Amino acid sequence: MTTTATGAAAYAPDRGETGLQEQRARAAFWFLAPMLLMLFFVAAWPLLRSIWFSFTDTTLNNLYGGEWAGFQNYLTWRELPSGRIRWGGTLADPAWWNAVYNTVRFAVISVGLETLFGLLIALMLNAEFKGRGIVRAAILIPWAIPTIVSARMWGWMLNDQFGIINHMLLSVGLIDSPIAWTARADTAMIAVIVVDVWKTTPFMALLILAGLQMIPRDMYESARIDGIHPVRVFFRVTLPLLKPAIMVAVIFRLLDALRIFDLIYVLTPNSSATKTMSIVARENMIDFNRFAYGSAQSTLLFAIIFLFVTLYIWLGRVDLTGEGRR
Amino acid sequence: MTARAIFWNTMFYIAVAIVVVVAVFPFYYAVLTSFKTGTAIFRVTYLPDFGNLNWGNYQSVLSGRNFPRSVANSVFIATVTVIAALLLAVTASYALSRVRFRGRGLLLMTILAVSMFPQIAVLAGLFELINFLGLYNTPWALILSYTIFTLPFTVWVLTTFMRDLPVEIEEAAIVDGASPWVIITKVFMPLLWPALVTTGLLAFIGAWNEFLFALTFTITETQRTVPVAIALLSGASQQEIPWGPIMAASVIVTVPLIVLVLVFQRKIVAGLTAGGVKG
Amino acid sequence: MANIQLRNVTKSYGAAHVIKGVDLDIRRGEFMVFVGPSGCGKSTLLRLISGLETITSGDLLFDGQRVNNVLPSKRGIAMVFQSYALYPHMTVYDNMAFGMKLAGSSRAEQDARVRKAARMLQIEHLLDRLPKQLSGGQRQRVAIGRAITRDPRVFLFDEPLSNLDAALRVATRLEIAKLHHEMSDVTMIYVTHDQVEAMTLADRICVLRDGRVEQVGTPTELYERPGNIFVAGFIGSPKMNFLRGRFAAEHACHTLGVRSEHIDVVAEGEGPWTGRVVHTEDLGSDNYLFVDLGAEEPVIVRQPGKVAIHEGAVVTLRPKAGMLHRFDEDGLPVQRPLAAE
Repeated sequence: MTTTATGAAAYAPDRGETGLQEQRARAAFWFLAPMLLMLFFVAAWPLLRSIWFSFTDTTLNNLYGGEWAGFQNYLTWRELPSGRIRWGGTLADPAWWNAVYNTVRFAVISVGLETLFGLLIALMLNAEFKGRGIVRAAILIPWAIPTIVSARMWGWMLNDQFGIINHMLLSVGLIDSPIAWTARADTAMIAVIVVDVWKTTPFMALLILAGLQMIPRDMYESARIDGIHPVRVFFRVTLPLLKPAIMVAVIFRLLDALRIFDLIYVLTPNSSATKTMSIVARENMIDFNRFAYGSAQSTLLFAIIFLFVTLYIWLGRVDLTGEGRR
Repeated sequence: MTARAIFWNTMFYIAVAIVVVVAVFPFYYAVLTSFKTGTAIFRVTYLPDFGNLNWGNYQSVLSGRNFPRSVANSVFIATVTVIAALLLAVTASYALSRVRFRGRGLLLMTILAVSMFPQIAVLAGLFELINFLGLYNTPWALILSYTIFTLPFTVWVLTTFMRDLPVEIEEAAIVDGASPWVIITKVFMPLLWPALVTTGLLAFIGAWNEFLFALTFTITETQRTVPVAIALLSGASQQEIPWGPIMAASVIVTVPLIVLVLVFQRKIVAGLTAGGVKG
Repeated sequence: MANIQLRNVTKSYGAAHVIKGVDLDIRRGEFMVFVGPSGCGKSTLLRLISGLETITSGDLLFDGQRVNNVLPSKRGIAMVFQSYALYPHMTVYDNMAFGMKLAGSSRAEQDARVRKAARMLQIEHLLDRLPKQLSGGQRQRVAIGRAITRDPRVFLFDEPLSNLDAALRVATRLEIAKLHHEMSDVTMIYVTHDQVEAMTLADRICVLRDGRVEQVGTPTELYERPGNIFVAGFIGSPKMNFLRGRFAAEHACHTLGVRSEHIDVVAEGEGPWTGRVVHTEDLGSDNYLFVDLGAEEPVIVRQPGKVAIHEGAVVTLRPKAGMLHRFDEDGLPVQRPLAAE
C-alpha cells in the first residue's frame, strides 16, 4: 500500500498525509472486522469445537469433562476371546450408513426432479401469455410457506385415514385401500420427496428463469429467421447458455438437500426409511446422550459436503462469487 | 390459427392450470381444514362451506397461552436477528464490493461457504457456547445462532447489489471529500433502500422458519418459536393429532408471509437471484 | 490557480504498465487537453492527477508541493465525470452543496456559492429538482455547477461530452470555453478522444499514446508542426495523407505527409501527380476527392465549394509548396533544409 518515494527529497514532502487507497484499505479492515469476528464466534469456533468433541467422550450432562478418545467415535475394534473382531464407531454403524444412503438418495432424486420441473416452469414463465403474473405469484406460495408448516399440511393431506390424497386416489381407482404414506417404509421417502419438490421447485424455477431472461431475445429471432426448429434451438442455444445458471442453482439446492432436517423430523418421525445424516446426528447428540458420537457424525457430514463442494466447483469451474464478470 | 396451434395452445394453458393448482392447493386445503372442528374435519371436502365457517380452531389456538407467546418470540427473534445482520453487513459488503484488496475473492467464497454450512456441524459447538454464555432456553440463544446463516446471506446479497452501483458516483463523493463511512451512510444507503428491504425480508423469513436450532436450544413451551410450537403441538393423547388447531396455527403464521412475499414479489426474486446466476 | 508538474510518473496494475513515465508541466490557468486513441492512458493520467488512483512511481506536484499521497478532496480539485455522476437521491441544490457541507462550511456560504454557480450556468430554476427530472444537457450543467461550487484550483473533465448528442455537445463545448474565460486563473485539464474538442478548447494539447506523451503544444503547433508521424496522423480531419515509395523518395524522406487541404487540382501537366478519382464525398461546404495515385491508399483532396469532378475522372494534383511534412524511417520529422522545389 505504500507508494514509492523516488526523489521525494527534491520536492516538498507531503506532510505525512496518506493516500486514498490507504484510507480505503484501512476503512475496509474496520468495516470487515466486526462481521468476521461475529462469524468466527458463531461459525468457525463452534465448528472447531464440534470437531474436537468428536474425538472425545463428552456427554451432554458433562460438557466439560470429556477426555480425548482418539478415533473411538469413528472406528474402533476389539478382539473378542472367541477370536472374532468386533467393530465399533460410526463407520461401523449400519444406522449411519442407512442415513448416508437416505440422504444421498433424497438429495439426488429431489434435486433432479426439482431441476426438471423448475426448468419446465421457467420456460413456461418465459413465454408471453395472459395471466403470467398470476402464475408467478402462485408458484411463490409454496416457497413462502415455512417448511414445518408445509410438512404439517402435507402430513394432513397424506394422512392414512382422512387424507385427501388417499381420498382422491381411491375415488379415481388408482389404489384399492388407503396407504399410510408417511408411516410405511416403502412410501415414506416418496412422501418426503413429494413435499420437498413441491416446496423448492419454485426457487429452482426462479433462478433458472433469471438465467433465461439474460439470454438476448435476438438470439431466438435470428434462429427463427434461419428456420431452425424450436426444439433444436432449445438444445443447441438455450440449454448451453443456461448451463451456468442451472449449475449454480443445482449446487445451492444440493447443499440444502444434503443437510435436510426439519421436513423429515416432522413429516416422517422415527421412520428409519427416511432418517438422514442430520437427523441421526442430532438424535445421538441430544436425545440419546451420545454427544461425542453425534459430533463425529456431524463432522462426517461436514466433511462430505466440503469434499462435494470442492469437487463440484473444481470440476464444473463454477464462478459462484460473480467476481469473474468484472 | 390452425388446428395444430389451437391444440398446443390448449395444452399450454392446461399445463399452466396444473402448475397453479398444484402450487396453491395444499395451502387452500389447510385453510379449508382450519375452519372445521369435531368430526367434520374427517370428511373430505373440496369447496368451502361459507355458511358454516367455524372459528373454533382459531379461538383455541389464540386463546391458549403458549401459541401467542411463540408468535411474539418469533417476531422478536427474527427482528433482532435481521437488524443485527444488516448493521454488520452493510459496512462489510461495502468493503467487499468497493475496495480492492488481496484475498477478496477467497473471503467471499468463505462467507458463501458459511451460509451453505450444514447447521448440524456446528450444533455441538454452539450448544457448548450457548451454555457457557448462559443463554440456553432464552431468545438470545437463537438470535446468536441465527447469525450463522443470516449474516453471510445478507453480506452476500448486499455485496452483489452494491457492486452494481455506479463507480463514478462514489468517485464524485470522494472528490467531494466523503470518507468511506460518509459514502456508505450518505450516498449509498439512500440508493440501497430497496436492496436493504429485500435482504432484510429474506433474512427475516429465514429466521422465522428456522427449526433445528430453535428445537435444540429451547426447552420450555414459553420459549418456543412458531415452527417448534407447530411441530410439537399435540393433543390430549399421543395418538390424537389435533389437526384443526395445527392447520389454524399454520394459516396464522403463513398468511403474513404470503402477503409480504406477494407484495415484494419482484424485489424478492431479484434478491434470490442476486449473485447466483449473474456469473 | 495551480501549476501542476508531473515528474516521471508511472502507473501499473500488476504487470500491466498503463502510464510509462510521463513528464509534463501544466501552467496556472491553462486549458490543457489530453487526447489520444482509446487505451492510451489519458483517463488514467487524469485520475492520477485527481488522486482517485495512486501513482506507482514518480512525483506529482501542485504549485511545487508533492501531492502523491494527498486525498482527492484535499488537492483543491473538482471533477466532471462522463456519466455526470450526480447523487440521484439529492436535489440539484444538495448535489452542489454536498462537498461544502462535508467540509463544514457555513450555511450562508454554501448558499452563496451554490447560487453563484447556478447563476453562471443558468440553472437557478432547477435547484429544487432531482437529477432524474433533468435532461442530459441539464445534468451535465449541474455536474459542472457542482464542480464550480467547490471553488477548485484545478478543474478536471473526464470526457464530459461523450454522453450528449451532437447538437448539445457543441453547445456545452461553448459553455465550457466560456467557463474557462470567466475563471481564467483556474487550471483546467480535459480528457477527450475527439480531436475536434481538443483543437477547439485547448490552450495546449497533450497527445498520448500507449502510456507515453507523444507531443505537447498549442493546437496550431500540433497541426502545423507535428512532432512525429503519429501526431501528424492523429490531429486533423480528414486524416493527413501519407505517401511512401517513389512519392517520398522525390522529397528525400521515408514518408511524405500532406494534408487534404494542401493539395490543389490543377490542369494536366502542371502538377507532379496524376490519378483517377475513385470516390467523392460532398459535405456541402467542401468536397473530398479520393484519388488513386498508385500509392497504398487513395489520396484525399479537399476542394472548397461545389466541384464538378466526378468519379472516374483523371486529375492532376499539385501539393502546396512549403506545406509538406517529411518523416524518416522512425516516424520523426526530417529537418527542413530541402526547400520547396
